[in-house]
Amino acid sequence: MMSSYHDPFDALFALQRALDARLASDWMGAGTTAGGSYPPVNIFQQGDDFVVVVELPGVAKSDLSIEAKENAIRIAGKKEVTYQEDASIHRRERIRGVFDRTIAIPIQIDPDRIRAEYRDGVLALFIPRAELEKPRTIKIT
Amino acid sequence: MATDHELQVQRKREVETKEESTMPARLFQPQTDIFETSEALTLVLEMPGVDKGSVEVKVENDLLNIHGRVDFSKYDGLQPLYTEYNVGHYARSFRLSSKIEQEGISAELKDGVMTLVLPKAEKAKPRKIKVN
Repeated sequence: MMSSYHDPFDALFALQRALDARLASDWMGAGTTAGGSYPPVNIFQQGDDFVVVVELPGVAKSDLSIEAKENAIRIAGKKEVTYQEDASIHRRERIRGVFDRTIAIPIQIDPDRIRAEYRDGVLALFIPRAELEKPRTIKIT
Repeated sequence: MATDHELQVQRKREVETKEESTMPARLFQPQTDIFETSEALTLVLEMPGVDKGSVEVKVENDLLNIHGRVDFSKYDGLQPLYTEYNVGHYARSFRLSSKIEQEGISAELKDGVMTLVLPKAEKAKPRKIKVN
């Protein structure tokens, strides 16, 4: 199914429904890196390649480290929440701490060509599929 | 150090309003910290994916309304394979006491976190009371 989000009224709803439908899909398999650890990730397919989107509000770019291997990506860092010294706190909902998560990708990826973008608290990793994973046309002779 | 806690996933909370929305899409409540100093009340809201141009802060009848829009056109052409969270716009409102200098409210957005500073009105600043 190819999703399209062009209709401005229905677009977000369609995206949300598509995200819901893939909630806890078994694409990553029964691996050791089951869902539920911080930070939550969404994984998309874009043509042959993959896009991993992670929400990390309040994490500075310099506090974020990303490592890639042939079939795993590690996202680690820390999130700090600071208050003014003399402040009295009325409400505290934001959490702070460290995180370190490895996402196993069930296909071979090309770790040298991964592109990372971090903007407005959202990290997007553009992950190309390894060349040897791509389908080849076989000529019949 | 307190910062060495391992982070746990916080579930996004959906907005529950008395009014019904005419849009089918879901709205989320930004996680918010509120703290007060002698000079101002500060609100810190997490709205990942919202940029400077898509946030609206309004004060009406002492009600502070915050609305942040995410640009979901970035998801165009992407097919979800595996998901752990949903995306949507953000909305939250707070009832202000009359102690706020409404004209002086300032907002700053960085890494998906908005900091709103609501300066206190002169008459609401703390006074030392002398005991005779």
